[in-house]
Amino acid sequence: MATSDVALGEIKSGTNTRNRVVNNFSINVATVNGSGSQSANSVLLKSIFGMGVPVSGKNLFPSNIAGLPTWYTIRASKDGYVARKRDAEVLIAINPETAKQDVLALPVGGVAIYEENLNLKQYRDDVAFYPVPFDKITAAICPEAKLRKLVKNMVYVGVAAQLLTIDLAVVEHGLRKQFAKKQKVFDLNFGAVKAGFDYAANTFTKQDPFYIERMDKTADKIIIDGNAACGMGAVFAGVTVVAWYPITPSTSVVEATTDLLKKFRVTPEGKATFAVIQAEDELAAIGMVLGAGWAGARSMTATSGPGISLMAEFAGLGYYAEIPGVIFDVQRTGPSTGLPTRTSQADLLSVAFLSHGDTKHIVLLPGTVRECFEFGYSAFDLAERIQTPVFVLSDLDLGMNNWMSEQFNYPDKPLDRGKVLNAEDLERLGGFARYRDVDGDGIGYRTLPGTRHPKAAYFTRGTGHNDAAGYSEKPEDYIEGMERLARKFENARKLVPGPLTWKDGSSKIGILAYGSSDYAIRESMDQIKAEYGQDVDYMRIRAYPFAHEIHDFVASHERVYVVEQDRDAQLASLLKLDLQAEQVVKLRSILHFSGLPLDAQTVTEEFATREGLGINAAEHVENVEEHEGAVAS
Amino acid sequence: MATAAPAPKLNHIGLPVLEYRGGKTTLCAGCGHNAISERIIDAMYQMGVEPERVMKMSGIGCSSKSPAYFMSRAHSFNSVHGRMPSVSTGAILANHTMTTLGVSGDGDTASIGMGQFVHLLRRNLPMIYIIEDNGVYGLTKGQFSATADLGSKLKTGVVNDLPAIDTCALAIQLGATFVGRSFSGDKKQLLSMLKAAIAHKGTVMLDVISPCVTFNDHEGSTKSYKFMQDNDEPINEVDFVASFDEIEVDYGSGEVYEVEMHDGSNLRLHKLHEDYDPTDKSNAVRTLMEAHSNNEILTGVFYINTQQPTFIDLLNIVDEPLGQLPESVIRPPKSALDGLMASLR
Repeated sequence: MATSDVALGEIKSGTNTRNRVVNNFSINVATVNGSGSQSANSVLLKSIFGMGVPVSGKNLFPSNIAGLPTWYTIRASKDGYVARKRDAEVLIAINPETAKQDVLALPVGGVAIYEENLNLKQYRDDVAFYPVPFDKITAAICPEAKLRKLVKNMVYVGVAAQLLTIDLAVVEHGLRKQFAKKQKVFDLNFGAVKAGFDYAANTFTKQDPFYIERMDKTADKIIIDGNAACGMGAVFAGVTVVAWYPITPSTSVVEATTDLLKKFRVTPEGKATFAVIQAEDELAAIGMVLGAGWAGARSMTATSGPGISLMAEFAGLGYYAEIPGVIFDVQRTGPSTGLPTRTSQADLLSVAFLSHGDTKHIVLLPGTVRECFEFGYSAFDLAERIQTPVFVLSDLDLGMNNWMSEQFNYPDKPLDRGKVLNAEDLERLGGFARYRDVDGDGIGYRTLPGTRHPKAAYFTRGTGHNDAAGYSEKPEDYIEGMERLARKFENARKLVPGPLTWKDGSSKIGILAYGSSDYAIRESMDQIKAEYGQDVDYMRIRAYPFAHEIHDFVASHERVYVVEQDRDAQLASLLKLDLQAEQVVKLRSILHFSGLPLDAQTVTEEFATREGLGINAAEHVENVEEHEGAVAS
Repeated sequence: MATAAPAPKLNHIGLPVLEYRGGKTTLCAGCGHNAISERIIDAMYQMGVEPERVMKMSGIGCSSKSPAYFMSRAHSFNSVHGRMPSVSTGAILANHTMTTLGVSGDGDTASIGMGQFVHLLRRNLPMIYIIEDNGVYGLTKGQFSATADLGSKLKTGVVNDLPAIDTCALAIQLGATFVGRSFSGDKKQLLSMLKAAIAHKGTVMLDVISPCVTFNDHEGSTKSYKFMQDNDEPINEVDFVASFDEIEVDYGSGEVYEVEMHDGSNLRLHKLHEDYDPTDKSNAVRTLMEAHSNNEILTGVFYINTQQPTFIDLLNIVDEPLGQLPESVIRPPKSALDGLMASLR
C-alpha cells in the first residue's frame, strides 16, 4: 500500500484513486481453454481468501478441450456477497482473441493487466493500463520451453498480487498448499509469481483504486466446489457402489467420490470395500444403481440433463418397485445438448416426474456447498428409509465453481438403513409381504438377496403387483398399490429438508427460490432495501415434495415472486400444482436463463420494475393494479 | 400313521426338488421356455445350490417372465426391457457371493438390450446369462427378432431378409468365458451345460433355442422343434461331473476334452467334430461362421476359459458382500472429515 498515493492525479478521466475501493471488486481473467490457467486462478482466489477477504470464483468456459476462450472471474466482497456480479473491474487479458472485447467491457475506471503486445491502450483511455511482457518474463525464469505456457499463468498472479496489494507471503502459502509435496514444481511456480510481482513493483506506479486489504472474515472457512462437496457427502453416507457415465458438469462428483473412497475405503490388506464402475451409458448407470440398491448396497450415480432423459424408464421402475438409489443431477443448459458448460435450473420438472405413468420423485435442492455435503449424505438415508430413488438437484454454478463456506459438520446421526428384515426377523414373524403397509406410513419391509431364510425371497417387478409382490392385474390391487405410493410420497413432505426463511420484517411481499439462486437473492434483498427501502421476505425451498411451511409462506404474503433459472417457470409450475387455487394467483415469476449464473442486479431490477419501485407513489399503485390485472405470470 | 409316505429324495444339501420349484407357468403349453425352467430346477437341485443364495434376474418378454416359474425361494428381479445386464451388474457388485442367473430372450438381448449385453460380456461378471431364443417377439404377436435366420419365414409368410446375430460368436469375441448353445428339447445336453455353468466362475452365455409354439413352430421356421430335430449338430457331447459325484469313467485320450472347473468339478466334452478345441477363441468363432453357411445349427460348448479374472477380481473387493458391510466400515470416522476440512482451509 506504500505505492497507493503516488498515482494521484496521474490517470486521465474516469479513475479516482482518492476513492479507494477496498475488498469490493471483481477480477476477470481472460485466457484460452486448455492453457493451464486453472491452477493460477485458484492460487489467486485462495490468496484473496488467505487475506481474510470473502471471495468466490466462477469459471465461464466453453465446451471444448483446448483453444476456445475462457474467463474466470474472482469476486472479492467485504460484505460476503459471493454471487456473480455483472461487471468485473479488473481485467487480466491473456487471450488475444478476446482482448479487445474484454477491455471494452471494463467499466470506466477499471484496470487492464495484459500482454504488452496486445496494445490495448488503442481502444480506450478511461481505464488504468498495466502492460506486461509475459513471454519475456517467463522465458527468463523457465528454461524449459514446454513448461512456459503453464508457468506464464503464475506470472499474472504475481503482477496482480503486487498491484492489488496482496501479501506475497500469503500467495506463497497458498501455492505451497497447492503443490504440497512437489518442491520443484513449487519452486518453478513461485519463481514465476515472484518474477511478476517484482516486475510490477519495479515498473508500475499504482494508477487505480482497487486494493485487497487484510480482514478476518475467512477464518475457519473453507473453499470447495459443490461437486466435491456432493462426493464428500456420499462418502460420509457410506456409498458403496458408484455407477456412472461421464458428462459435464457432473463428472467431478464421481471423481471426488472415487478419490475419497480410495482414501478411506481400502482395508489394511489392500482390498476395496467399494466398487466404482464406469457404465456404458446412463441407462446402464441407473440400472446398476438400482441393482445394487436392491441387493443392499448404498449406491449412486451422477449425471446431467441428457443423462437424466436416458434414465427415465429406470427411474419409474425404481419408484414402482420401490428401490433405493441416489442420483445427483448437476443441471446444465438444455434443451438437448444445449449449452453443456453453462448453468441452469431447467431440469426440475423433468426430474420431479421422471418416467411415464404416475411417477413422482423426491428431489433434494441444495443451495450451498454445505448443503451439497449434507444432502449428499441425507439423500442415502432418505432413499433407504422411503425405499425410492432420491434425486439431488445441483447445477453447474454450484457444482463446478469455488465457494467459500462454513466447515462441514460430521453427520450427527447413525446411518438410517430403513426397513430391512433379516433371517431372525423372518423366523419371528413367520414371513412377510413386501409391499404391505404394516406401519401406516406407506413403506413396506424388504429383505436382501442372500438372506438365509426360506421365506426371505420376494419377486421384484415393474409389472403390476399385489402387496405380496405377486403379479397382479386386479384393479383393486393396482389402486391399493398406487394409493399407498401416494401416501408414502405425501409423508415424505415431513422427512425431507424443510425450507429456510429470511425475514426482513413483516413484509407483504415474498420471494421463493431454490438452489444456487440463493446468494444472488440475498444480495438482492439488501439492494432492494438500500435502494428502495423495501422489505422482502425470502424462503428458500430445499426439497420436493414441498413442506407445508411453503404453503403457509405463500398464504401469509400478498405477492410472492418465484425466482428461478429457467424459461418456463418450472418451480412456479410445481408450486401451482400444490397450492390452493386462491394462493396460486399470488405467484409471479422472475426468470433468468442466459446460461450465466444469476446475479443480484437482475433480481433487483426485475423486482423493482414489477413492483413499480423507484417511481412516484401514485404511479406505483396504478402500475401494480394494472400489472396484477393484466399479467398472469 | 400306519404307513409312512416314502421319504422324498434329497440332494446333497438335504433339500427335495420341490424346494426348487416356482409358481405355475403362464406361458403357452409346449413353450420351450418351460422346458428350460425345468432344466434349471434340475441343475440347481442336482448341484445342491442353496436357493436363498441365488439371484434370478430378467428383462422383459416371455422369457423374462420365466424366473417366476422356478425357484420361488430365490430373490428375483424382473427389470425393464433389455436392461437386465445393468441391474445384474449392480446386484452382483453389492453381493458377489451369490449365484446369479439371468434369463433373457432374443429380443431382450439382441435388439433392445444389445448395448448392455455386450458390455456385460466384456466385464466377465460372474453370472449365467441364458437367452431363451425363439427368433420372434411373442407378447406382441410374432414379429421377427434379430436372431431370426436369413430366409426364415413367419406364419404370415413374411421372409426375413436380414442376417441373424449370432450371440454365441459375439459372446466369445467380447469376453464371456463360457459360451454354448443348446436346445430346449435336448434335456441331457442342456442339463449338463447348466450344471457346468453353475460351477463356472465368470460370465456364462448360453443361447438356448426354445421354439415358440404359437408364433414360430411352422414350416419355414428355423427355430421350430422340427427344424432343430433335423438340423441340430452337436459339436461335442457335454458331460458334467460334479465335485461331489463319485463317478469314475475312463475315456480314451484324444476323445475327450476335459476341463477342471473352479469348484473341483469336471466338464468333459466328448469330441464329435474332429479336433475341436473349446479354448481356441478364433477357431470357435470361425467354426460358428462356417456352420451358418452350411445351414447347421451347432450346439454344445463352444468356448471355455477358466483362468480369466472376473470383474470382481479386477475390482479387488473384499470377500464379504459389499451391500452388507457395517456402518463402521462404510462411513469414514470424524477424523477423516476433520482432515479434509483442514486441507480446504
